[in-house]
Amino acid sequence: MANLRPYVTLEGNEAAASVAYRCSEVIAIYPITPSSGMSEMSDQWMSAGKKNLWGTVPVVQEMQSEGGAAGAVHGALQTGALATTFTSSQGLLLMIPNMHKIAGELTSAVFHVAARALAAQGLSIFGDHSDVMQTRSAGWGMLFGNSGQEVADFAAISFASTLEARVPFLHVFDGFRTSSEVTKLRPLADEDLRALIDDKLIRAHRARALNPEHPVMRGTAQNPDMYFQGREASNPFYLATPTIVQGVMDRFAAITGRQYQLFDYEGAPDADRVIVMMGSGAEAVGDTAAYLNARGEKVGVVKVHLFRPFSVEHFIQALPPTVKAVAVLDRCKEPGSAGEPLYQDIATAISEARFGALQGRVAGIRALVGGRYGLSSKEFTPAMIKAVFDELKKDTPKNHFTVGINDDVTFTSLAFDPAFDIEPAETVRAMFWGLGADGTVGANKNSIKIIGEETDNFAQGYFVYDSKKSGARTVSHLRFGPKPIRAPYLIAKANFIGVHQFGFFERYNVLETAAQGAVVLVNSPYDASSLFARLPKRAQKQVLDKKLRVYVIDAYKVAEDAGMGNRINTVMQVCFFAISGVLPRDEAIAKIKEAIRKTYYKRGEAVVQKNYAAVDRTLEYLVEVPIPADSPINGPELPPIVPAEAPAFVKAVTAPMIAGEGDLLPVSAIPVDGTYPTGTTQWERRNIAQDIPVWDPDLCIQCGKCVLVCPHAVIRAKVYDGALLSEAPETFKATDARWKEMPNQKYSLQVAVEDCTGCAVCVEACPVKDKSAVGRRAINMAEQRPLREPEAENWSFFKTLPEIKREEGLNFGNVKNAQLLQPLFEFSGACAGCGETPYLRLISALVGERAVVANATGCSSIYGGNLPTTPWAQNKAGRGPAWSNSLFEDNAEFGLGMRLTLDKHHEIAVEHLGRLSAVLGEDVVKAVLEADQSNDKGIVEQRARVAALKLTLADLARGKDENATLATELLDVADALVRRSVWIVGGDGWAYDIGFGGLDHVLASGRNVKVLVMDTEVYSNTGGQASKATPLGAVAKFAASGKAVRKKDLGMLAMAYGNIYVAQIAMGANDAQTIKAIAEAEAYDGPALIIAYSPCIAHGIDMVQSLKQSKLAVDSTYWPLYRFDPRLRAAGKNPLQLDSGPAKIAFKDYANNEQRYRVLAQSHPEHADALMKMAQEAVNEHWKRYEELAKA
Amino acid sequence: MIDLSTTFMGLKLAHPLVPSASPLSRSLDGCKKLEDAGAPAIVLPSLFEEQIEQESHSLNHFMSYGAESFNEATTYFPEMVTYNTGPDHYLDLIQAAKKATHIPIIASLNGVTDGTWVDYALRIQQAGADALELNVYYIPADPKVTSEQVERRYIDTLFHVKRTVSIPVSVKMSPYFSAVGNMAKRLSDSGANALVLFNRFYQPDFDLENYEVVPHLVLSSADELRLPLRWIAILYKRVAADLALTTGVHSHFDAIKGIMAGASVTMMASELLRNGPRRINEILHDLRGWMEEREYVSVRQMRGSMSQAHVRNPAMFERANYMKALDSWRPDPIGTAMSR
Repeated sequence: MANLRPYVTLEGNEAAASVAYRCSEVIAIYPITPSSGMSEMSDQWMSAGKKNLWGTVPVVQEMQSEGGAAGAVHGALQTGALATTFTSSQGLLLMIPNMHKIAGELTSAVFHVAARALAAQGLSIFGDHSDVMQTRSAGWGMLFGNSGQEVADFAAISFASTLEARVPFLHVFDGFRTSSEVTKLRPLADEDLRALIDDKLIRAHRARALNPEHPVMRGTAQNPDMYFQGREASNPFYLATPTIVQGVMDRFAAITGRQYQLFDYEGAPDADRVIVMMGSGAEAVGDTAAYLNARGEKVGVVKVHLFRPFSVEHFIQALPPTVKAVAVLDRCKEPGSAGEPLYQDIATAISEARFGALQGRVAGIRALVGGRYGLSSKEFTPAMIKAVFDELKKDTPKNHFTVGINDDVTFTSLAFDPAFDIEPAETVRAMFWGLGADGTVGANKNSIKIIGEETDNFAQGYFVYDSKKSGARTVSHLRFGPKPIRAPYLIAKANFIGVHQFGFFERYNVLETAAQGAVVLVNSPYDASSLFARLPKRAQKQVLDKKLRVYVIDAYKVAEDAGMGNRINTVMQVCFFAISGVLPRDEAIAKIKEAIRKTYYKRGEAVVQKNYAAVDRTLEYLVEVPIPADSPINGPELPPIVPAEAPAFVKAVTAPMIAGEGDLLPVSAIPVDGTYPTGTTQWERRNIAQDIPVWDPDLCIQCGKCVLVCPHAVIRAKVYDGALLSEAPETFKATDARWKEMPNQKYSLQVAVEDCTGCAVCVEACPVKDKSAVGRRAINMAEQRPLREPEAENWSFFKTLPEIKREEGLNFGNVKNAQLLQPLFEFSGACAGCGETPYLRLISALVGERAVVANATGCSSIYGGNLPTTPWAQNKAGRGPAWSNSLFEDNAEFGLGMRLTLDKHHEIAVEHLGRLSAVLGEDVVKAVLEADQSNDKGIVEQRARVAALKLTLADLARGKDENATLATELLDVADALVRRSVWIVGGDGWAYDIGFGGLDHVLASGRNVKVLVMDTEVYSNTGGQASKATPLGAVAKFAASGKAVRKKDLGMLAMAYGNIYVAQIAMGANDAQTIKAIAEAEAYDGPALIIAYSPCIAHGIDMVQSLKQSKLAVDSTYWPLYRFDPRLRAAGKNPLQLDSGPAKIAFKDYANNEQRYRVLAQSHPEHADALMKMAQEAVNEHWKRYEELAKA
Repeated sequence: MIDLSTTFMGLKLAHPLVPSASPLSRSLDGCKKLEDAGAPAIVLPSLFEEQIEQESHSLNHFMSYGAESFNEATTYFPEMVTYNTGPDHYLDLIQAAKKATHIPIIASLNGVTDGTWVDYALRIQQAGADALELNVYYIPADPKVTSEQVERRYIDTLFHVKRTVSIPVSVKMSPYFSAVGNMAKRLSDSGANALVLFNRFYQPDFDLENYEVVPHLVLSSADELRLPLRWIAILYKRVAADLALTTGVHSHFDAIKGIMAGASVTMMASELLRNGPRRINEILHDLRGWMEEREYVSVRQMRGSMSQAHVRNPAMFERANYMKALDSWRPDPIGTAMSR
């Protein structure tokens, strides 16, 4: 009798991790999207003392990279542990070497993979099978789960199978679509797992372990005489594996009632057309096939579960014998291949079958084609599936097709009808447009739980986020209904749309997906009488055309009154339940309150009560908006997505992406090699700030601190001739400039209000206090909306004012002057108040026009390089940082490669100048070769010389002689004669952990590279996992019990070489030292390392406090400021200079302002006390060491 | 043998020198040290409802800050098993202190909302506290709030708490009522077992370097004794509640004055913070010596002996006293008199 466990609603990641954790003793982890959740949960469970199936708490060990995790798992397996890891994408690639070893040694193991795209022409965090397909030759079993239920089940089946087969297994499911989808499933109880797993096999696994009591050796080096035979020796295991897996599946069915096959066929038994595929899309094909079959077609799908070892026999047996045409769909791309991996295997299988005993089963097949779909989580919908089935009707269906895009270059794509819809009417489809961090997603996850676990409905939740980290929008897609939901695609026709920000109507086409007669719930400051008139025309038309029923609530008011601030989640959730009627109102409210208690009780009764208060107040404010059918369509027009003056590429390609219509871009619109224009954030006016800084010229002392600290580079300063003000808009502000070097000039500080995030860090940085009202500064926050238009006009005018001339000798090594340099990093999508971006802004202003930037993957590569718009910019001359991101682990090496090229090209240029000296003139050559480029003036002059040289060379190149060839060659590399700067930038996860080996090597190379480590002390981009930069005593993911070891002293390690310029800086504590260090590093003719204190929301501070916290970090000597300049040694001085003094405050007075420290005191007070003492000792000792070294 | 014992809210205490709420009694270790130093009872620091709420909201804020807005980082902190956000830590301290000491433990409570005063009071009683001090720390900054509303708030709070708990309840009063005597009487009539005079509000200060308003904690001085001394002297025998003097007790002289004014206990914090808990025994020793010298047989004998009811000139505690004080003041040519 099968055990049907009560339903739960879970994300795919939790479904997998729950089984993996319980079946493991050793878990090695490393964060990578979208698999991080599995690692995080395992670490939390370990921290909470949760036990595995055998009554012990597994050890969860974070490693420095996925390569490290695989190595650790390999070692754990070899010594007899049940070991696992979780990963995705590039992480899986780093595991491949170990995977070959683990398989070669026939070791029982399961790795759980949330499959994700690989970085190629660009990085993508989204789901496809590119990563797992790279491993298909590694000798691992590969079992694909297509739904949350299958993920839970196949995690168990993989484990039981590997123990029996000794072939290791990859347990694969679709990244995001399955890993992050919340769905209703039956979990596996411990007893189910115990029943499935044969403990004898575990003992056999242990018996094979390395043990000095009965030693053996593995990992020998083998010779041509026998390696080959050794490879073949394991064949019986692979041959046996499919049968073993099917056996496990059968036993699993007996335990749980859920029967799986290696290849599950679904559809008409007499189908003439069949799709073969694996992953979540197969579920949609199953439903689509059923829909089409009900309408007279004969189609089906073979869902490949066990992809490796591939069993031809099982596959052929799964195919209906009636099939005439087969389409194999791969969720990956293998450029240059004869076909994608699954297609190739299926082609092989059918071909082999034709020549063997199964000939009869495939005799009727007249067409076999392969196609690609769904790369990087591209939508894969019933409409596309129908297009594939339709294609198979043709005599010669298109092969190597694509579906889901418009390929107008090589015409691979199949056309499809986007209006085709198979979703049953009884499935309720609801979409919620929320603002990041407003709680919408969390509330929807709760709603799914309520509906999934408290009603008989099946339920599904999927959440789409923005590519920007600040002011981001979220779109929640919720489905529920009486039948199982197998719709792994976004909602296209919604019965309910929640618009949680009124401003979204202007920015997004939120009602596009509204079904006829759908309900729309709007959070709006406008009441029922004025709402319709305030809607943009597009939305008004949609409301009338689709006869939408609109409800309105001022959720901010309700939330504010209930003491919830801007967390409107609870209010909107109550409205949703009240309007949708999925549960009786009172019951719904009771369930919501129950969910609130479950979610928040740990955080305190006060939080629970405030949410309750919000629930209780909501319904009296919820009103249906009467909209007569003849209401006039007279709302505001939509603003253009990008301004009229935007470049053609931005208009044609970037703008649709900004508008959320990137899916419609044809292949021809996309650059072929991943090359994109820089400086595009300037065209995306996001208008996300509620409040913006407003300058008070009368109070301002023109220090430039606000300009320097602005994380989004929206505050600019210029000194210029006052005559230019004649063209200024009426509200443009100016005052007399206070520069003795620039007398009789005007000074203006201008804010790009449409690009500001409203973080208010600038206000905190302002040192001025109004003598008549000390709370007022020279820059103060004010509401954005009334100022938007005039200030946008002022910004446009400000941009026309001339930039400071670098060659005029102003020293830009101080804050006051540096504020005048144009930043070439602007308006990034980083979090509001980001602690990293001010450093990049500063470097871009100081050296950006001659810099090449190698950027490690992480926050900075995302806010720096995530499309549609990117912040690295150009000046009026068209110069600016040239930027690239290679990988996470190789960034230092990537940057070194750039340096090697530049040095080599410089060398070639010098050689050619020598060869052409007679033609070019010795004076000209000498001037170029001996130019002093140690300052801006020299560089500007050299640039002019090189420009002149290039003109001469261009003339020479038109000749026919040897000099023409030399001139042509010199032209190729002449730019390298102007001093170039290579900046290697990234976070601590890269520099301290995964890229440390490379960084160490690059620094030791002695080459002229500049390394900026923006140290947030965690893996910020993936949500705050501990790195070796995480301080002692702080809580982070993967260090849920508080980090118990000290932070690595990266600076000290670099200083040990003696020839590396090293500085530790904190802009919030000492901006002058920050500029000095960057300027010195830049000037140093050799490797330089700058470690920059970078406050982050993962510290658990309000980012407006970031400057204050930086200062306290320095005041406590936790973060000493120093510069180590090897040049000083030559001058007989100590190269180490401390730029900050002894402790002014205790470490705790800094640390306890941050949630990362406080949370441990809240959860484990005694442990926190002990760690805090250790941390203080570590700080003292660390400071003492530096003090001694600086005195020596 | 002099009888130093006293009775406070029905609690039999070995002597009247009680350490009042301060960081010294914040931990079990601190409580033990106070008992070892001779404390006859301990007042725990206040459980501040506002602080609990603030911690709870702060925790919630930072656990949610930036969450669910970006694909790769839907949260930034691991979820812990527990956060100890509620009063549990405080209640644990009561329990532990009761278990580890042999003296009465007086809990202290500062609430904000009506409901929570009652809830927390009950939980404090259940945790084993021998008595409860209501620390009605409330600055009526809103000019629309009338004195009657403020007074009503005190009375209502006390009423609800008294209705809920059976342990004795004292009220730590503010000295800033228009009619302190009337307020004291109403509190006493509403069931307060004791009145603690007075609550000492920490006044904010200005940091002129940074132009900021800063919290400023100043330990009390003996000069501050005189305000509660006066009111205890006036209220003694006029209200049914026991009286406790707090603020300004630094020596046995101060304690004696308090007892003579009518206090059942004289509470100390600043002196113990400054010079350590050992001062309890030292002052007790001095108190005993002083009483021996003057042949007092008990504290009871001394209590209220200089209250308004028992002095020859009761008007000294009223307006004339003030007039005389001013009248007698002369500039001090070398400035020593005012330098204390």
